[in-house]
Amino acid sequence: MKNFGLYIHIPFCKSKCPYCDFYSMRAYEGQTDDYTACVLEYLEEWAQRLGRKADTLYFGGGTPSVLGGENIALITRRAKELFGVDGEITVECNPSAVDDDFFTTVARLGVNRISLGMQSAVDTERRKLGRQADRQRVEECIKSIRLSGIENISLDVMLGVPDQTKESLTETIDFCLKNDVPHISAYMLKLEEGTYYYNNADKLNLPDEDETVGMYTLLGDILESAGYRNYEISNFSKEGYEGKHNLKYWNCEEYLGIGPSAHSFIDGKRFYYPRDIDSFRLGCEVVPDGEGGDEEEYIMLRLRLADGIKFDAFRERFGKDFPQEIVTRAKPLKQHGLLTVTDSSLHLTRKGFLLSNTIISKLIYG
Amino acid sequence: MAAKKENIRNFSIIAHIDHGKSTLADRLLEKTQSVAVRDMTDQLLDDMDLERERGITIKAHAVKLNYKAQDGEEYELNLIDTPGHVDFNYEVSRSLAACEGAVLIVDASQGIEAQTLANTYLALDHDLEIVPVINKIDLPAADPDRVAAEVEDVIGLECMSAPRVSAKTGENIEQVLEKIVSDIPAPIDSDDSKPLRALVFDSVYDNYKGVIVYVRVVDGKIKAGDTMRMMATGAEFTVVDVGYMRATSMESAKELTSGEVGYITASIKTVGDARVGDTVTTAEYPATEPLPGYRKVNPMVFCGVYPADGADYENLREALEKLQLNDAALSYEPETSGALGFGFRCGFLGLLHLEIIQERLEREYDLDLVTTIPSVVYKIHLTDGTVLEIDNPTNYPDPAYIDFSEEPITNANIYAPNEYVGAIMDLCQERRGVFKNMTYVTPDRVDIAYELPLNEIIYDFFDVLKSRTKGYASFDYEIKGYERSNLVKLDVLLNGDGVDALSFIIHSDKAYGRARKIAEKLKEHIPRQMFEIPVQIAIGGKVIARETIKAMRKDVLAKCYGGDITRKKKLLEKQKEGKKRMRHFGTVEVPQEAFMAVLKLDE
Repeated sequence: MKNFGLYIHIPFCKSKCPYCDFYSMRAYEGQTDDYTACVLEYLEEWAQRLGRKADTLYFGGGTPSVLGGENIALITRRAKELFGVDGEITVECNPSAVDDDFFTTVARLGVNRISLGMQSAVDTERRKLGRQADRQRVEECIKSIRLSGIENISLDVMLGVPDQTKESLTETIDFCLKNDVPHISAYMLKLEEGTYYYNNADKLNLPDEDETVGMYTLLGDILESAGYRNYEISNFSKEGYEGKHNLKYWNCEEYLGIGPSAHSFIDGKRFYYPRDIDSFRLGCEVVPDGEGGDEEEYIMLRLRLADGIKFDAFRERFGKDFPQEIVTRAKPLKQHGLLTVTDSSLHLTRKGFLLSNTIISKLIYG
Repeated sequence: MAAKKENIRNFSIIAHIDHGKSTLADRLLEKTQSVAVRDMTDQLLDDMDLERERGITIKAHAVKLNYKAQDGEEYELNLIDTPGHVDFNYEVSRSLAACEGAVLIVDASQGIEAQTLANTYLALDHDLEIVPVINKIDLPAADPDRVAAEVEDVIGLECMSAPRVSAKTGENIEQVLEKIVSDIPAPIDSDDSKPLRALVFDSVYDNYKGVIVYVRVVDGKIKAGDTMRMMATGAEFTVVDVGYMRATSMESAKELTSGEVGYITASIKTVGDARVGDTVTTAEYPATEPLPGYRKVNPMVFCGVYPADGADYENLREALEKLQLNDAALSYEPETSGALGFGFRCGFLGLLHLEIIQERLEREYDLDLVTTIPSVVYKIHLTDGTVLEIDNPTNYPDPAYIDFSEEPITNANIYAPNEYVGAIMDLCQERRGVFKNMTYVTPDRVDIAYELPLNEIIYDFFDVLKSRTKGYASFDYEIKGYERSNLVKLDVLLNGDGVDALSFIIHSDKAYGRARKIAEKLKEHIPRQMFEIPVQIAIGGKVIARETIKAMRKDVLAKCYGGDITRKKKLLEKQKEGKKRMRHFGTVEVPQEAFMAVLKLDE
C-alpha cells in the first residue's frame, strides 16, 4: 500500500486578510500550545487506527508560523515517530508573522520546504491584500530560510489583485527570478462569498477578466523561458521541485488532514473535520464526504496537471481502458489548442488550463 | 331538480377583453347566492392560475344559477362563460351554439372595441338574442349615454334601456338578471321525447371521474345507466353520472332533459373518444343526424415543441394528450429534429394560444420545453404541378423545383382613437399590410381595415400594436385566403453547422433585416464557449448575415488545494445540471433562452 500524505491545519492568523475564506482566527494567549497538544493527541489516535506510514507532511493554514517554531518542531518530531515521515515536510509562512529563529528551529527537526505567502512583490499591492511585511522583509525571510539550510522555497503570487497591471506583475516575477526560488504558486484571485473583497468588489479597482488572463499568460511565458515548468494549473517549478504533498491531491492519492476544516481521503473514503475549533478540541468525529477516487474524480484532478492522464496509468489503476468517448470528445478541442490527445495520453495546454472547468465537464459529460 | 322549460335561460357573456366579463359573472353568482360569500375569490370562473394572471378567460366554463325574478317565478339560469381573445373564436362559437342569448358587456368609458364587434357578430350568426349591458359606470371617465348611442349606431341594437351597471360595486346587477329573464328566449323548442342530441361545448379531464363532458341537451334526455354514444367517433360509454355545474361543486341529478345545460361522466379515459365538438346521443334510442353548427377548426400556427430533457418525451406526449382533451383546437404529431431530438409538431390557433399551451405544459406538467419558431401553413406550387402544404421549414423544397408560393392573408381590423392612426398605419406597412379602408366609428375613433399576411401577425403583432398605441388599440382578424408571395427559407448556421430548429420561411423583402436581427440575438444569448463561434444566416448557400461569438477567456478554479475537492466536484455537478438546459449543435451549446429570444425578435 502506498504511503499517504499528512496535512496539519493551523487555524490561526495574526490578522484576517480581506480576500481569504480559509478557516482561521486570532489565537488567544496559550491557545497555540493547547492546540499543539490537541493535534498530538489526534496523531496518536490516527496512528493507532491506521497503522500506516506517511511520506509527506504539510502544515497549512491559517498561518502555521503563528504556532511558533517549537510547536511545529514538536508536531514534526511526533509525526515522524508515529508515521515514519521521511520525505517532503512543508510549512506555510507569512513573512510578517515569523520570528528570525523560526526557520532554524523547524529545520533542525526535519522541515525541508517553506511556502512563503508573499502574494506580490509590490508593496502597495501587498498592503491592499492585508499583508504587513514589505518587500525588504520578504527578502530577509528568504535569506533566513536559506541560512537555516532549507533551499526548497516556494513563493505565492496572486494574479488579478487590486491595482495590478502587467507591469506591476513583471516586477513581482522579476523578484521571484532574482531570488531564484525553485517553486512558485500563482493563483488567480477568486472573490469568495462572505469576504470583504466579495462585498466590496466594485470599489477595489480589480483587473477585468481579460487583463487577468493576460497576466496568467505573461507569467507562464516568462517563467517557462526561465526554466520553470507549469506542472499544475497554478504551480510552477524547477525540475524536481514539484510540491510532492500537493501532487497527492492531483494524483488522487491518499492524505489525512488533521485540524478543523481539514479534508482527508483514506481507504476510498473522503471525510473532513468540521470548521469549528472548539468541537475539534473536544475530540469530534470526522464528517463523511462520500466515496472518492472514482474515474470521474481521477480525470477531473489529473487534468489539472501538465502531465494530464497517461492511459497506461489509467488502465493500471482502474483495470480498463481510458473511455473512448472522452477521447472522441477531446479531439475537436485539439484544433483550438486547448489540449493534446495522443494514443497514450491526454493533457490540457496552458490555454486549456484557463478553461479547465468547461473542458473537464465537456469531456466527462459531453 | 329540473325547472319548467319556460323557466330555463341559457346564455353567454361576451365582451372585449378587460370590459369586465369575469367580474360581472362573479356578481351574478353572488346575487343569486350561488356562492357563499366566504368562498368568493375574485373571478371565480377563471379557475386556471394562468387565466387570473393574464386576466383573460381561456376555457369556457358553465354554471347553473337559480334566480327568483320579480314576477315571482323561479328561473334556472345557465351561464356559459366564453373565452375573450381573438385566438379563441372557435371556443366562443362552441359556447354560443349552446345558448339562446348573450349578454354583451360594453365598457362605459372605452365603448366598442374590436372584440365587442367580433363577438357580437359571432352571436348573431348563432341567432342569439343579445342583451347589451353597459359596465363600469363607477369609473370617472364613464359616459354611458355616449356608449349606448355608439352601440345603437354601430351595432344597431336598442340600447337606451340597457342596464347600466358596475360589476365592481354591484350596482344595478339585479337589472341584468331581470333582462336575461325577460329578453332571452326559453328553450321551448326542445323536445324530451325525441332521441337524445346533446352538444358538447366543453370538457374537462378529472383524475377521478375521467372526462367530464359539458353539454347542452337539445333534444331528448339522458340519465345514469344509459349508453351514451359519441356521434362522430361512434364510441360508447355507460353513463355514470349526470348533473348540473354549481359554482363551487357538481350537483348530481336524476336526468338531464332537453333545454338544459349540465355534465355527463362515463369513465371516459381516452382523448379521442371524447372529442369536444361532438354530439352525444344514446345507443338505446339513437338520433340519426348530429347537431349542426360545429366546424373543425384548423390550427393556423405551427411550431415544434421539444422536451428540454429527452427523457421527458413520453411525459410531454401524455401532457399534450390531456390538454387536447380540453382544447379541440390543439393539434400535435410526432416529429424529429436533428438538433432537438424527439418532439411534436403542434398546431395552434394563434400565438397567444401557443404561449398558453406552452405555459400550461411547463406549469401544470412540470416540463422544460424548447419551442421552435412558429410558422403558418404555406402552399408551395412545384414546377411539376404538385402543391405542398408546408408548416415546417424542414420540409421546404429545393427552390429549383418551386414554381411559385402562396401564403395565408388575413382581413384585419384595428380599432383605436384617431390620434394613433399614423402609428398603426406605420406598423401595418412594416408588416407588409395592404390598406383597405378606414371608417370613423365615432368622431374620435377609427376602424382601420388592412390585409395583413398571417405570418406577419403571429409573432408579436398584437404586443407591438399595444405598445405603440399605449394599449388603446384593439385588433381582430380572420383568414381571407391564400395569395401569391415571394418566400425564401432562412437557415441558421452555428460554427458552420445548420440548426434545423432555427430555420424559417419568410418573405424575401424581410429576409435581410430579420437575418441580421437573428444573428444579433443569437450572439447575445449564446454564452461564450471554448472557442470562437461564427453565427451565419443563409439563404440557400449564400450567407446574408454574420456575427461572431467570442471565445470564453477563463473558467478555472485556481486553488484546488488543501485536499478539499468538494467545491470542485460541486462546480462540475453544477455544470452538468446546466448542460441539461443546453442543446448541442455539433460542438456548440445553445441555451433554450436563445430559441425564445429568436422567437420574440422585437422585444
